[in-house]
Amino acid sequence: MSQDNKKVTVETTGHVWDDDLQELNNPLPRWWIWGFYITFGFALVYWLFYPAWPIGNTYTKGVPGLNNITYVATKVDGTQETKTTHWNMRSKLMVEMNELHKEQKPYFDKVAGKSFEDVSKDAELMQFVNSAGKTLFSDNCAPCHQAGGQGKIKFAPNLTDDYWQYGGTYENIQTTIVGGRHGVMPAFKTILTDAELTQVSNYVLSLSGEPHNAAAAKLGDAIFHGDKAGCYACHGAEAKGNIAMGSANLTDKIWLWPDVLGAKTPEAKLGEVKTLIYGGMDKGVMPVWETRLKPEQIKLLTVYVHDSLGGGK
Amino acid sequence: MPDQAEKSLYQKHIPIVTRSVKGQFRTFKTAVMLLAYTVYFLLPWMPWARVSAASQAILFDLTTRRFFIFDLIVYPQDIFWLAMLLFIAAALLFFVTGLVGRAWCGYFCFQTLWSDMFIQIEHLIQGERPARLRLKKQHWNLEKIFKIGASHALMILVSMWTAITFACYFSYAPTFVHDFFAGTGVPGGYFAVLVLTVLTYMAGGVAREQICLYACPYARFQGVMYEADTLAVTYDTKRGEGLKGRTIPIQGLKTRDERTAAGHGDCIDCGFCVQVCPTGIDIRNGLQYQCISCGLCIDACDNIMDSVGYPRGLIRYDSERNMASPTPHPPKVMWKRFKVLGYAGAILLMTSVLFYNIGTRSDTEVNIQQVRQPLFVLLSDGSVRNRYQIHIVNKTETEQTYEVTVHHIPKEALDMGNIPEIKVRAGKALAVNAKINLSHELAEKTHEFEFEVTQVSTGEKMELEASFNTPREHD
Repeated sequence: MSQDNKKVTVETTGHVWDDDLQELNNPLPRWWIWGFYITFGFALVYWLFYPAWPIGNTYTKGVPGLNNITYVATKVDGTQETKTTHWNMRSKLMVEMNELHKEQKPYFDKVAGKSFEDVSKDAELMQFVNSAGKTLFSDNCAPCHQAGGQGKIKFAPNLTDDYWQYGGTYENIQTTIVGGRHGVMPAFKTILTDAELTQVSNYVLSLSGEPHNAAAAKLGDAIFHGDKAGCYACHGAEAKGNIAMGSANLTDKIWLWPDVLGAKTPEAKLGEVKTLIYGGMDKGVMPVWETRLKPEQIKLLTVYVHDSLGGGK
Repeated sequence: MPDQAEKSLYQKHIPIVTRSVKGQFRTFKTAVMLLAYTVYFLLPWMPWARVSAASQAILFDLTTRRFFIFDLIVYPQDIFWLAMLLFIAAALLFFVTGLVGRAWCGYFCFQTLWSDMFIQIEHLIQGERPARLRLKKQHWNLEKIFKIGASHALMILVSMWTAITFACYFSYAPTFVHDFFAGTGVPGGYFAVLVLTVLTYMAGGVAREQICLYACPYARFQGVMYEADTLAVTYDTKRGEGLKGRTIPIQGLKTRDERTAAGHGDCIDCGFCVQVCPTGIDIRNGLQYQCISCGLCIDACDNIMDSVGYPRGLIRYDSERNMASPTPHPPKVMWKRFKVLGYAGAILLMTSVLFYNIGTRSDTEVNIQQVRQPLFVLLSDGSVRNRYQIHIVNKTETEQTYEVTVHHIPKEALDMGNIPEIKVRAGKALAVNAKINLSHELAEKTHEFEFEVTQVSTGEKMELEASFNTPREHD
């Protein structure tokens, strides 16, 4: 009569060990195992579309033509070519780069279409200049001028300060990037005696208020402005340099070739200057960028260097 | 063990065909369902005047990375609001589960809501449980094809509208729906709708209780939140089984007195509690992990108790402790417990922090970042330059102009280049360069100073500390 004692019992697999050790059975739902089989099918389809199996030095590339990627690649000489390959991560990246360049183009066009001053007044455009300029600078300029444009003593000028050997206007900077520069100072070892070298070095140090021997500097003044050495011919009678030829201003606090600020003692400072005058300098080489960068890239870099780094004069 | 070979490791799906029921829990479920569907399906269509985005009250704009919730605009940097919200949601779940069991599962979970809706669609087209069972056994004829086909077609339609509505939260609804049906929508939109339609239909129309039993993590871990005082849907075994167990009311066992005398309990074993259960369990076997605590078996049992004239509550919300007690009291919510009060406190605290945070949010966000490469620049006259990037986020709905000045150092030290005042469009951010030039003497003395950014329209000032680096001897 009664339907009681319908005790819930746990299903077992029926396996029994050691008299009473049983294996419980909590059956998976049937659809679960079907879901598992479906993943097999998924893998088979995947192999048709994507690179999958390694074979020796190569690998399966899926069914040819089923899942191709087409992108535009720029070759070393600047020409572009359209490439079509089987699906792979690198091509996928190239497609994304193509899209990014397409998105960047309106901004580059905007920079190209405006005057330097107008670009620098447009805060939103300057934001683009800051980020795109940083990338261009890092890719092309940073090896010499360093990542932040701070330059390197005895190697490449600091672009973040306010002194520009070849001029700091937009036009000057653009000219420098387009055509490159080559700064040379002749050696004076055969022209001046050691005493004269010391005297003129003292004079140079005196111009920017560095420690010096006043008596020697006075004699050096005469050598600087005399025709034997002819320093004034390039550096100017006031020793303020000449942006047309890139001769250095010797009256300010900025030094590029002799590391005067880095030298701790007056003797070392004198030595730095003297060594330079003695041996001259032929390392101030900046390459031509006209052939490597597009005009709009040079223009953007010009604004970046002028407004984001230093510039102004 | 002779039957060893027949045991299967895989369980065939046993379809659950539920009987409809009337009662207080069914009414509550229906009310929640109506409210939830009304809000869900209509909310994206609510207009709201906006300048910098589409005029929609709720809009999760992924492309501009802003969430519009009425007048609140949430930016990515407000992510910790989401963290707080998730914490509150979790604590609320623990709180409610500790009090009245899996209320979330039974009444509010979308899996429950959509399954419930699809079951009602089946009920509408195929009829009550016996009719549906008959239809299942029937051979495929026109009637079966029509009824099964129509109900699944309707489920798919509802799923699709569910998916489209979901997508509308992320896009301007009128345009999205128009473009969708005009065939001019974006591929991502079609893909999202397709995936969500399939998932909704599979979860609510096909898998149903399988989701709760095999897929849902909440279902499993809510068990540990039950305490002895937690109200759970419970079958009163003592009353139902009596001394000799439950039995059907045959001749001589119809009235309560006759049954008590014969030693049988009040359960007349009608099986309705099993038939109405959306997860197909027998609540008389006790609390089980499958139970989503929807209360439909309570409704079913109460109806039967009414019809046979026994008191209600053979199946009811009650606590484990009360059921075991020799002197049980009427079931009530036992909230005076450390855990429950603790969760309540946590919810209260986090909710106030969240609302305070949202209430005191600023319309402008300014960050100053010092250029660290190089840390400082020596200029030709011996003065020192430091460079900064000022990043301004305009969170208002209008274009704003900002002016920058400095404190503790001369005003002329600040060089903003050719951008003396900064215009930032509504909802946009902008970063500008700033240079500070200090004479050698001043630079030696200055270690810190302040930028002041003023929002011109309101005069609101924001002061930010910045440090100034100078060449110093390293000892």
